[in-house]
Amino acid sequence: MNQVMFHRKRTIRTTITLIVLALIAFGVLLLSMNTGFSKMSPMEVLRTLFGGGTPKQHLILFEFRLPRIVIALLVGIGLAIAGAILQGVSRNGLADPGILGINSGAGLAVVLFVITNPQRESTSPMLLPFLALIGAFGAAIIIYLMAYKRHKGISSSRLVLSGIALAAGVNALMIVMTIRLDPNEFNFIATWQAGSIWGSSWKFVIALLPWLIVLIPIALWKARQLDVFSLGDETATGLGSQLNMQRLVLLVVAVAISAACVAVSGGIGFIGLLGPHIARRLVGPRYEHVIPVSALIGAVLLLTADMIGRSILQNAEIPAGVMVAIIGAPYFLYLLARSKA
Amino acid sequence: MTRSNVVKGRQTSPKEQIWSRPYTAISIIVGGLVLLILGCAFSIAKGSKDIPLEEVWQALVAFNPLNSDHQIIWELRLPRTIAGALVGAAFAVSGALMQGMTRNPIADPGLLGVNAGAGFVLALCFAFFPGLSFNQLILFSFVGAAVGVGLVYGIGSLAKGGLSPVRLALAGSAVAALLVALSEGIALYFRISQDLAFWYAGGVAGVTWAQIDILWPWIVLALIGSLLLSRSITILSLGDDVASGLGQRTALVRLGAVLAVMVLAGASVSTVGAVGFLGLMIPHAARAMVGVDYKWVIPTSAILGALLMVVADTVGRLSNPPHETPVSALIALIGVPYFFYIIRKKVRDNL
Repeated sequence: MNQVMFHRKRTIRTTITLIVLALIAFGVLLLSMNTGFSKMSPMEVLRTLFGGGTPKQHLILFEFRLPRIVIALLVGIGLAIAGAILQGVSRNGLADPGILGINSGAGLAVVLFVITNPQRESTSPMLLPFLALIGAFGAAIIIYLMAYKRHKGISSSRLVLSGIALAAGVNALMIVMTIRLDPNEFNFIATWQAGSIWGSSWKFVIALLPWLIVLIPIALWKARQLDVFSLGDETATGLGSQLNMQRLVLLVVAVAISAACVAVSGGIGFIGLLGPHIARRLVGPRYEHVIPVSALIGAVLLLTADMIGRSILQNAEIPAGVMVAIIGAPYFLYLLARSKA
Repeated sequence: MTRSNVVKGRQTSPKEQIWSRPYTAISIIVGGLVLLILGCAFSIAKGSKDIPLEEVWQALVAFNPLNSDHQIIWELRLPRTIAGALVGAAFAVSGALMQGMTRNPIADPGLLGVNAGAGFVLALCFAFFPGLSFNQLILFSFVGAAVGVGLVYGIGSLAKGGLSPVRLALAGSAVAALLVALSEGIALYFRISQDLAFWYAGGVAGVTWAQIDILWPWIVLALIGSLLLSRSITILSLGDDVASGLGQRTALVRLGAVLAVMVLAGASVSTVGAVGFLGLMIPHAARAMVGVDYKWVIPTSAILGALLMVVADTVGRLSNPPHETPVSALIALIGVPYFFYIIRKKVRDNL
């Protein structure tokens, strides 16, 4: 009886949290539409949004600001969900697609493509997620194999260390590959790596959206499985879970989501870490609650970071990834310092 | 109970734990020195213009300013080779000191925030004080190296249960992410990204005599200091309890070792940029060959590190002329698989 009550309370709490977060997200979205290089008053933004406004305002809002805002929202959602899944699968609260080296694998593939195809404008938006996917899976497979030992399965510490090793190696390679580019290309890649949400047109929204529409429902559907994992391998098998198969499916979903996101946003870390952690604080440890809540938190975080990055300096943009890392890394270190051995 | 959940240590008395093979060590040091001299000679002789070895010898003993080969040797190749050897030894010894001091198999200056710290401070320097002399840059990168390592160790050891390898690596990668993000922000704002990247991937190309003049006293002093500390490091590597039980002033030894690491890694990073994995691999290889007594591990590491750096640089120059493959990429190419191997062998399953 108590159990049922508790469960219902949690569900109500999650619903309320989701509504509040959605309102916050909406607020940030409105603010974000008002932020930018050319000034537009909130009333002008609203008028333009509903069909009024000058052609110039129309252009600024619909062609420059909105696509970027939508991408920040989607990428925030995607990375937070990917992080939650990775934390559940590895049973390591410090897992994140950036830390585990998956982002750097995706980044390597994208950078290789950019270097070998200077005329990227025409073809790339739809292609980039696929390329990133190949790189991300390459990285994930290497890390998985390195962390796997026969009779012992996957060890979470080896998983994390292999990810860090791979990311360090890939970074060394990337610097080497980019250093001889001409300054324009180099700047493009440098801002991309810093996580600048560079693909800010509707083409990129269309390239990203199908991935999320397919993958996020799978993640939500499998969320209960993550709760079973958290009980430990023996209990999970006892409850009839086909551990390795389920784990693999979830890993594939997480890697694919983060690859698609990284392809359009560039290397943004720590969203996958912050989202789920804050979500757990708000609604407790059950993944069916954690995943939707962390998705909205991720969206709010990235949207805010991008907005601040766009407006904090007069003549330059700070990439959203840099802003997220400046907040996220200290939080990560704080979690690390608190964690038990 | 040892606090280390790291090394597969046998539960034996301290004396028995310090196994070493002095004869192997001496033969590796002597053989390594011979190989190093041969490697340097080869590295000086080969390049876009091959110069016969007799000519190299002539250039060294009887320099003739009118001879263009002698000019190439003195102005381009010799400083580069010397810098490679110095820096290779410095990285390797700083890794050995870190691993011994922290009893942590994955300690490496690159992974633990030295590169990121130095990079951050140099980004600040490039942005706000362009035109600093090399001497000043070296001092600043000492500071940066110290900041990086200090943050990583400080935060890593705040945690209950102390510094496990995973914790240290995570702290290292998060601190690096933070410092790199800050440097990126600065670099993009001041439009110095590519300058910074050039430095970061720099390698030993373009090292000048003026730089070496500043570099070598620091590195040689720190190497001598490390040798003097080696006995204490060996005892420290048995664990704090054992060390203080044997009457060692652990805090003092740590301080000395940290200073040595700071100078070795800071000086090297400021000269050749970020070269990772060297400080990780070489001490492991050295320990596997000569045992865990740092009296032997440190000199062996120095020789092997210098050798690897000179060989890697030569290979990088000759493999794909006229382009150079940066030495940091070549070393990462060996380093990443070696790191995977260490993770599989030496890291236990718990976090």
